[in-house]
Amino acid sequence: MRYLMLLKSTPPASPPPPELMGAIMKLGEEATAAGALLDTAGLMPSANGARVGLYGGQLSVTDGPFAEAKETISYAIYQVRDREEAVEWANRFLRLHRDLWPEWEGEAEVLKVMGPEDFAPPA
Amino acid sequence: MTGPDPRRTLAAVWRLESARIVATLARMVGDVGLAEELAQDTMVIALEKWPAEGIPYHPASWLVATAKHRAVDLLRRQSTYRQKLAEAGRAMPASLDPDIAAGLDDYVGDDLLRLIFTTCHPVLPPESRAALTLRLLGGLSTDEIARAYLVPEATVGKRITRAKRTLAERRIPIELPPPAEASERLGSVLEVIYLIFNEGYAATAGDDWMRPTLCEEALRLGRLLAGLAPAEPEVHGLVALMELQASRTAARTAADGSPILLQDQDRRRWDRLLIRRGLAALARTEGSFGPYALQAAIAAGHARAARPEDTDWQHIAELYGVLAHVSPSPVVELNRAVAVANAGRPAEALAIVDAIDLPQYALLPAVRGDLLARLGRADEARPEFERAATMTRNTRERQLFLARAHALSRPTS
Repeated sequence: MRYLMLLKSTPPASPPPPELMGAIMKLGEEATAAGALLDTAGLMPSANGARVGLYGGQLSVTDGPFAEAKETISYAIYQVRDREEAVEWANRFLRLHRDLWPEWEGEAEVLKVMGPEDFAPPA
Repeated sequence: MTGPDPRRTLAAVWRLESARIVATLARMVGDVGLAEELAQDTMVIALEKWPAEGIPYHPASWLVATAKHRAVDLLRRQSTYRQKLAEAGRAMPASLDPDIAAGLDDYVGDDLLRLIFTTCHPVLPPESRAALTLRLLGGLSTDEIARAYLVPEATVGKRITRAKRTLAERRIPIELPPPAEASERLGSVLEVIYLIFNEGYAATAGDDWMRPTLCEEALRLGRLLAGLAPAEPEVHGLVALMELQASRTAARTAADGSPILLQDQDRRRWDRLLIRRGLAALARTEGSFGPYALQAAIAAGHARAARPEDTDWQHIAELYGVLAHVSPSPVVELNRAVAVANAGRPAEALAIVDAIDLPQYALLPAVRGDLLARLGRADEARPEFERAATMTRNTRERQLFLARAHALSRPTS
């Protein structure tokens, strides 16, 4: 089964320490080598994006940045055997931040990608 | 909001780390059975400590360090024991003191590679290789493996126990194969992984849900192997083949569970992410003519075609031609015939089919019937489909063949 992870945070004023970037690369390599990490990329600040809405029959386009306090800063798709494994990969990612960038605060949303196992077997 | 649950965290970390832990322990103690026991001990210790003392700051490192300590303790005890025996003059001198320091280095990549070469060792019967590999590298329980293979748990338990005993009795070293054997031994590893994949791919509706997860396990093992042995084109070939085949999973079965042939699949349901990964893995085979790379190239030919009519059948027929040369088999010839026919040469395809000796294989008369029908020889085509219908044990396939036979019996206007 697959999970989508969205990492969200209010970036601290200090720049990310180079050791963190190295550790993130290493964790990504490990997760890829383990056959778990299928796809990942960092996301540019929402100022580079836009939001397209449909409310009351009206399409609207709003340029970034979005008003939320937190920015979505990266996504990753993991192939895992259950939710706990997905949570553990997210934990590993956040542990790196805890250990190497103490000012950082944020969260990873762990969302299940709908798969064949989510459909009832045919009767 | 609560902190992570220790037991659930342990279960997840364990599944992610158990292969590496067993691999490291196996290298240290030189025996996969003993390594697994030590790993289990480690799990028991964690089950006692984590709920009482909290989840360690670095859970995975904690498990690895604890496991290594267990192994070092054991080696020390054995070494002391051996020395005492030697002193008593009742055994060989303990000249082979285990290199305990070697157990403390951190690089586990080669350990995993050694372990997979051991669990796929040719001294073991094929079904034992798969079971032991799933157990030690996939971290699956005996019960999960049994459900995946639709056999009793005791059967799998016996296979694993016997496999571990065989490895110990035959004194199979846990090591990378010597250069002279490297190619054959890698072949065995790839074969085990692909057999696991195909077992999962053969799952049908109503089977235990563990069964299709064999495909995911095989993909995981293949990707792992590709990371460990990146210079081997056939490893990438196998990964590419599995990623591309797995990309069709959602499209290959109808709502009622009946199989949907490649040409009839709704290609919008193919998994684009897996196709992209499969094509990337294929690019890493660098034009190798190994059987897995060739099969992957054929699968890629289908994956690249947005519609069935976009398929470059001529190219696929040529790839089958090379495959028939590299890895000849009647099934490959049959597939080559289908490709040749789809490339617009049904008469040439019929000649290929007529040279195939494949008794009791329902698809042979079915393909022959299809070729005869294409050539306008309905009267000869009909009995071929009827014969195919009597040969298949799959009810839905039988219905399909009988329907084709029936359609051919109608007078054409």
